[in-house]
Amino acid sequence: MGTAETLTQAPHTKAARTSLRKRKNKEETNLAGYIFIAPWLIGFLLLTLWPIAQSFYLSFTEYSLLEAPVWTGTDNYANIFRNDDTFTKSLSVTFIFVLISVPLKLFFSLLVAMALSKNIRGMNVYRTAIYFPSLIGGSIAVAALWRNMFGLEGYVNQVLSWFGIQGVGWITNPDTALGTLILLNTWQFGSTMVIFLAGLKQIPQELYESASVDGAGRFRKFVSITLPMLSPVMFFNLVLGVIGSFQTFTSAFIITKGGPINSTYVYALFLYEKAFKHYQMGYASALAWILLVIVAVLTALNFLASRYWVFYESDGGRAK
Amino acid sequence: MMTIRYKISNHLFLSVFSLLMLYPVIWWIGASLKKTEELRLPTIWPSIPMWENYSNGWNFSADYSFAHFFGNTLLMELGNVTGGVLTAAIVAYGFGRLQFKLRGFWFSILLLTMMLPGQVTVVPQYILFNKLGWVDSYIPLVLPHFFGGGAFFIFLLVQFIRGIPRDLDEAAKIDGSSVYGIFFRIILPLIKPALVTVAIFTFIWSWDDFFAQVLYISSIDKFTVGLALRMFIDQFDIQWGQLLAMSFVSIMPSVIIFLFAQKYFVEGIATTGLKG
Repeated sequence: MGTAETLTQAPHTKAARTSLRKRKNKEETNLAGYIFIAPWLIGFLLLTLWPIAQSFYLSFTEYSLLEAPVWTGTDNYANIFRNDDTFTKSLSVTFIFVLISVPLKLFFSLLVAMALSKNIRGMNVYRTAIYFPSLIGGSIAVAALWRNMFGLEGYVNQVLSWFGIQGVGWITNPDTALGTLILLNTWQFGSTMVIFLAGLKQIPQELYESASVDGAGRFRKFVSITLPMLSPVMFFNLVLGVIGSFQTFTSAFIITKGGPINSTYVYALFLYEKAFKHYQMGYASALAWILLVIVAVLTALNFLASRYWVFYESDGGRAK
Repeated sequence: MMTIRYKISNHLFLSVFSLLMLYPVIWWIGASLKKTEELRLPTIWPSIPMWENYSNGWNFSADYSFAHFFGNTLLMELGNVTGGVLTAAIVAYGFGRLQFKLRGFWFSILLLTMMLPGQVTVVPQYILFNKLGWVDSYIPLVLPHFFGGGAFFIFLLVQFIRGIPRDLDEAAKIDGSSVYGIFFRIILPLIKPALVTVAIFTFIWSWDDFFAQVLYISSIDKFTVGLALRMFIDQFDIQWGQLLAMSFVSIMPSVIIFLFAQKYFVEGIATTGLKG
């Protein structure tokens, strides 16, 4: 290979000398490259890869932090799947949360992005107003606000009483508690909207113009131009939206504490309590690995399905 | 072509929608000035504004005022932002400009970690920090930011660096600059706007990263603003007016930064969302 060649050939020909210099340069940039990415690489190995491996090992043990982990084989998994009703409950709560809030978020952000993309006056003011909830929505402060507004004597019920409607305690009623959390999550569609907005701006105006010449109406243009051209952005928002919603925690932790009757006991909260309230580290690790597999499968499914609906311009105008 | 009627209906839709989005916030401001009895009324503004809600809420805890909790949070933020900006720039330069073995491989790993649910690593990380005796200190909160500041920010900066013409690097190379010289003299000054974006997002996300705070901080004198609010909420008899007042104060740093640096926000989100 390269090494053998340069060793056997005396480096006195010009070609050989440049190749030697090139090789030296290559080694230097190799080293420099690793020096620059070192902070991330070390962090990745120490705080991501090693913990993933360790959590896999711990998922087959019983471990309370105080004593050394005890190997129990697949007991944790067997218990989770066979005996743990809370697991089934919290998984279904989380699925409902994801299935409702992700499409709602996508719908509202696309709707508002379309209205904003027309280069209208005051665009910045609208954008600020609509992005604002996303800025603060994940904070504990808004969780407190939500708890008050949707309480039995909260603002929402006061407004309903004007219309003669007797409101329920939205947060204390198992039928409505999850809905208030979904509403809070949907309220924060600002980031998704900004990404859609940037995507809309990248669609060449000529496409719309030539469609107009051909007599296409507004709806037709939306279906035949906007949606396909926007589909990669839609895909990006969908994938990250699903992954993000699966990990929702703060709102359930503060507003409802998982209740009433576990109706808002989302997966991340379940895992948190197993690990840091009951100190069942092995069990929690098994839960974490199940979450990882679920998220990975859903993401893979998303990628597979994307072949049928995501349109990439660089493929010569054919859906992949 | 847009008709006038279409334009008007568009404006109408947007103003109604914006108002609807901001309505809880508007109510919040009014409610933070209300007496407890008045909170039950559907009015927006209190009959007599209770400014005491702010001063009493500020000192709700017998031992510490909110000034203490704000100080704690800002201290943590100082570490997070410094670490994030510094190391994200360094790592992004490596990925964005330098050729090295397995670069493509490591970069796809980096992108993959963006999709990794944090719950998978949290238990072993806690065990590790516990063994090192760092639980109930700011180290577990701050230290991770010194390892590249997070995949999202590295990705954002890599996209930004790729947009800088390579001619500049080449010119500097001919003038005798090493890869390190190019980083400090060419790239670093040019990516300043993107670094501002990183700083802002790091600040706001760390401020709201309640999960890590509740996990690692347990003694009151080290509480962040978020933890102090939680302590407030968990009281037996909640003074809602005061709590809403303090909640409102707690979002102020993020709001002020957002209002002054909106451009960076929008560009930052749009960059990462699109050019992948």
